Amino acid sequence: MASANAVVNVPATTRRGEIIEIKALVRHAMETGFRRTQLGALIPRDIIRRFVCTYNGVEIMRAEFHPAIAANPLFTFNTVATESGTLAFQWTGDNGFSVTESAAITVA
Amino acid sequence: MPSRRNFLIAAGGFAGGIGLGATAGEAHASPEEMLAAIRKVTGQAPVRRGRVKLDMPPLIDNSNSVSLAVAVESPMTPADHVKAIHVFTEKNPLPNVVSVFLGPRAGRASIGTRVRIADTQTVTAIAELSDGSFWSGSASVVVTLSACLEEGLI
Repeated sequence: MASANAVVNVPATTRRGEIIEIKALVRHAMETGFRRTQLGALIPRDIIRRFVCTYNGVEIMRAEFHPAIAANPLFTFNTVATESGTLAFQWTGDNGFSVTESAAITVA
Repeated sequence: MPSRRNFLIAAGGFAGGIGLGATAGEAHASPEEMLAAIRKVTGQAPVRRGRVKLDMPPLIDNSNSVSLAVAVESPMTPADHVKAIHVFTEKNPLPNVVSVFLGPRAGRASIGTRVRIADTQTVTAIAELSDGSFWSGSASVVVTLSACLEEGLI
């Protein structure tokens, strides 16, 4: 159910050499590990640690998240449109969290 | 008869009390810890100011989700590009916020995300360039309602 948990925005068509902006949003509470329940017990950390974007299998951007990233992390970055293909996104984190999403891009 | 306004004032005071009580014992990062975290990234290399533009709203109402954008002046060619962008805070529980690793294929050294900000403070972004130099930019933010003061209200 990756599609229900992540949304990516990539222009469907573009020209070769164009710099495109990519937006990626994923559903996650990003529990910081610093909050406490009303009884004083510490709520364990549960965050996304890593977000990687590959373009036709080649890594173009990697981000390491810390608890200061807000819930439901939104991440915006850029890449040069080189060839038609697939942009793949992967978020991994605590407690075995892993979500993947991909988007097709046509480069004219 | 307690009016809605009085109730809200009382509730707000109560909530504030819990928040302050809960956070008093928490270790918050200090500017020194931020410098230590920055040094872990830069090593002994000097960090120069400039080339990095950190964009954040100067006044924050909801510090659980604050937009943050970093743009670095760079041609982003294989010979001269930004390798990494790191963001640090002075007063969040941890100094590190995010580390982004880029390359010439980014085309533009510009990233954006949403962060939590604990308190009124200065946020710093450090860019590592392909020639090994480090550049920094910072933004001062004023928080009117803090993210990390809501323990006990979950």
